Amino acid sequence: MELIIRDKIKQVKKGDHAAFEDIVMFYQDKIYQHCHRMLGNKHEAEDIAQEAFIRAYVNIHSYDERRKFSTWLYRIATNLTIDRLRKRKPDYYLDAEVKGTEGLDMYSQLAADGKLPEDEVEGLELQNYIQKQIAELPPKYRSIIMLRYLEDFSLQEISEILDIPIGTVKTRIHRGREALRKKLRHV
Amino acid sequence: MDCNKEALEMMHKHLDGDITREEESLLRSHLEGCVECQKHLHELKRTITLIQSTEKLKAPDDFTSKVMQQLPVEKKHVKYLRWFKMHPILTAAAIFFVFMFTGLLSAFEQDSQLMVSNPEDLIIEDNLVIVPEGVTVQGDLVVQNGNLKIDGKVDGNVTLINGNLVEEQGLDSSGLMADVGGVNGELKEVDRIFEWVWYNIQKMVKGIFSIE
Repeated sequence: MELIIRDKIKQVKKGDHAAFEDIVMFYQDKIYQHCHRMLGNKHEAEDIAQEAFIRAYVNIHSYDERRKFSTWLYRIATNLTIDRLRKRKPDYYLDAEVKGTEGLDMYSQLAADGKLPEDEVEGLELQNYIQKQIAELPPKYRSIIMLRYLEDFSLQEISEILDIPIGTVKTRIHRGREALRKKLRHV
Repeated sequence: MDCNKEALEMMHKHLDGDITREEESLLRSHLEGCVECQKHLHELKRTITLIQSTEKLKAPDDFTSKVMQQLPVEKKHVKYLRWFKMHPILTAAAIFFVFMFTGLLSAFEQDSQLMVSNPEDLIIEDNLVIVPEGVTVQGDLVVQNGNLKIDGKVDGNVTLINGNLVEEQGLDSSGLMADVGGVNGELKEVDRIFEWVWYNIQKMVKGIFSIE
């Protein structure tokens, strides 16, 4: 797959629109999911995911072909989501705990397909409950947990995507795992 | 072993695939005797499984087409820029020619001073250069931005740039050409810009190929 993508990127660099369409199709679900989990709602997720692809297209000449394309793309997407989170709350710090409302927003969005309100309150399905717990992690832990366990990046790749030292990635993934363990051990 | 410190640290190393063999056997022997830590590790592993079990989200159906609609139309200068990047040799050649021609043009416009290639034995009055009678100029003679009057002899080619050859105002100026003295070579007058450029190029090419 990497080889096909590499080929496509060469075509994009020569100005081939259609080749870029293939790239978007290949990565759209992954990038959309990443943005959704970072931002917690589908409107912003779609908005930012689209923006990420457009930026990738505009800046394709600054992509170094010796490195993995997905790492580069996720880096763009992650930076955009972090920018958006900062803008959402002017006094927002990455260290601060995310308030529960955001998770509830996301939950109500996900469960909006025709369920009765009583059902929603009663039966927090396991799926939604887990997602809510992930959504409530502070973004700096959330991004790493997702990149590692949902998107299957190595710790080294995560350090490249987030542009932080690998030691920091390790510390954060330990803390993220512990935080989720406490929330999920009674499930 | 301290359960909350060392053992915990090793568990996370184990989960990250960072653990050494030594540490692994230490952890294993600790786990055999410590139910608390067994439980802890089990919970951590289960947490990971639970995270991975969450349903995958899909982008909306029209996602790709929306992105494609929003792509910026390439501006012309971007196109040219990319072309230049992809053809560095042609670009270098183009830049070279631009510089060469502008250099020559500005030289042509700026050099309005009188210049004579070998002024020995010649008389120079204002803009007029005179080869006096009885004098023979050895070699080629180039006069720039001045007129030339030849009473003596030139043993070589004569080139006039931005100037004219002045004829002797004799009594019989009614139409007969005065004798132009002796020029034992070609006589060239250059006063138009392209001829001047052409002359310079010829000179350069001659210079390149006649290195002895």
